[in-house]
Amino acid sequence: MAQTIAEKILSRHAGKAVRAGEIVIVRVDGVMATDATAPLAIQAFRAMGGVRLWDPARVFLVIDHAAPAPNETVANLHRLMRDFAREMGCRLYDIGEGICHQLMIENEHVRPGDLFLGADSHSPTYGAVNAFGVGVGSTDLAGAMLTGKTWLKVPKTIQITLHGALRPGVTAKDVILRLLQELGADGANYQAVEFTGETVQAMSLSARITLANMTAEMGAKTGLVDPTGLNLDYPFAPVYPDPDAEYSRRLVLDVSALEPQVARPHAPDNVVPITSVKGTPVHYAFIGSCTNTRLEDLAAAAAVLRGRRVAPGVRLVIAPASRRVFEAALQQGIVQTLSAAGAVFIPAGCGPCVGSHLGVPGDGEVVISSTNRNFRGRMGNPRAEIYLASPAVVAASALVGHIADPAEVG
Amino acid sequence: MNIEPIGGIAHVYGDNIDTDRIIPGKYTKTLDTAILAAHVLEDLDPAFARTVRPGDLLVAGYNFGCGSSREQAPLAIKAAGVAAVIARSFARIFYRNAINIGLPVVEVEDHAIQPGDRVSVDLAAGIVINHTRDETYHAAAMPPQMVAILAAGGLVHYLLRYGDYV
Repeated sequence: MAQTIAEKILSRHAGKAVRAGEIVIVRVDGVMATDATAPLAIQAFRAMGGVRLWDPARVFLVIDHAAPAPNETVANLHRLMRDFAREMGCRLYDIGEGICHQLMIENEHVRPGDLFLGADSHSPTYGAVNAFGVGVGSTDLAGAMLTGKTWLKVPKTIQITLHGALRPGVTAKDVILRLLQELGADGANYQAVEFTGETVQAMSLSARITLANMTAEMGAKTGLVDPTGLNLDYPFAPVYPDPDAEYSRRLVLDVSALEPQVARPHAPDNVVPITSVKGTPVHYAFIGSCTNTRLEDLAAAAAVLRGRRVAPGVRLVIAPASRRVFEAALQQGIVQTLSAAGAVFIPAGCGPCVGSHLGVPGDGEVVISSTNRNFRGRMGNPRAEIYLASPAVVAASALVGHIADPAEVG
Repeated sequence: MNIEPIGGIAHVYGDNIDTDRIIPGKYTKTLDTAILAAHVLEDLDPAFARTVRPGDLLVAGYNFGCGSSREQAPLAIKAAGVAAVIARSFARIFYRNAINIGLPVVEVEDHAIQPGDRVSVDLAAGIVINHTRDETYHAAAMPPQMVAILAAGGLVHYLLRYGDYV
């Protein structure tokens, strides 16, 4: 039976060959929850009668959404997580260590062929390392913490093939925004997405993460990137689809003429080429999130801003993806370059992206952001306008004070 | 889980209602469901939290609940007294979360429910009746695993009863 990557990974975890449409009970390789979802998961775990984790070595808690705590309510939720981790003997990443998905990949908690459950909607990110990552809510996560299992409907798969070399200054973010425009906010609902083609095979791990990450904005259950060309620090057995696997849809895109893309307020699929929004004045530029604040993202911003300063009246805020990213950027002089250009660094974490902590925009302000969602109110103020773009576009826009193509500010 | 027919007044909204519009992220860092209920749909319909009555129904278009995995979204709706959500389609995480916490969700692609209509839902029969317009709509079948979780009263009760996924 020819299988997609999703069917192969789920077959291994169901203990039998499965195909799209079947409902299966599967074992999981790891689970993760954040300070946005862990408190409810802990509450549900206890209500289920949970007294010990199915496997403490495979349960990870991360304090990243509102870190360090902005008020006493959140401080007490963080305390609840620390107490639980201590009692259960599982790993907790405390404030400033980084964003959950970055930490799961950096620390090799999720590996090729794994089935990994995250109580965060951007868990499809793990498809960048050839793993089936799926987002669930707190109660589903609690069920897996208790049993090491969950149930899933084996998804159909949409295959996306990318050809051509990206122009300088055009990135994986622009590709995924363009694909979101094509597929729409529910274009992959209940389905898996597989990315392949020579463009993808040449991508760095960081770029693959951006691609897989924003399949969440298409409603996808998971986003799997062709492991051809995937470089990891450890040996692994890649999972490839069979050549005659069955797909619900096949989409082919030549990216060689693609220009930078921007999602306009208030939906991530409201995407246009940058030429349509160039010149829109911005007040606030943010580089952050699990989508786009790794080392190569910060380097791209630094390349635009080196020796220059952000425009008067514009503030540039940066939240690195992890402490490891921040330290590497320090070592390479990237932090110094960005700070000299006027950037304000805040702790590694989610913060402004989800409106729960720091960096809230004011009424009527326009934000250009490297994050993944621009729903009304997303950053904490329903009267702000959020545009999404690549880190290079965010940096170029901060430099000139309006939405700008990095190729035109050199 | 109440599997008796549920009835109430319909509050109707459009397509792609995301979780930030159901409950903004700034209010989700709490275990107090009364706080969630007080801010439910705040950026979509500021009057909703004041006007919703216990037993009312929330009705929407396609892709209801897209975005975040926050279980606070269905919890906020449930805590506000809403008896069930009817939509043309649901985003997958929201759908699972709702079932897991015992909030009935009904997928009806072809409904013609208007604001203020009196509507009842018969989960066992899989039908939605619009009493105002004298129309009956058929709900999409729910995966058997979900029926079992709903029948138990949510995932907590399911696992308390069975001890494992069965």
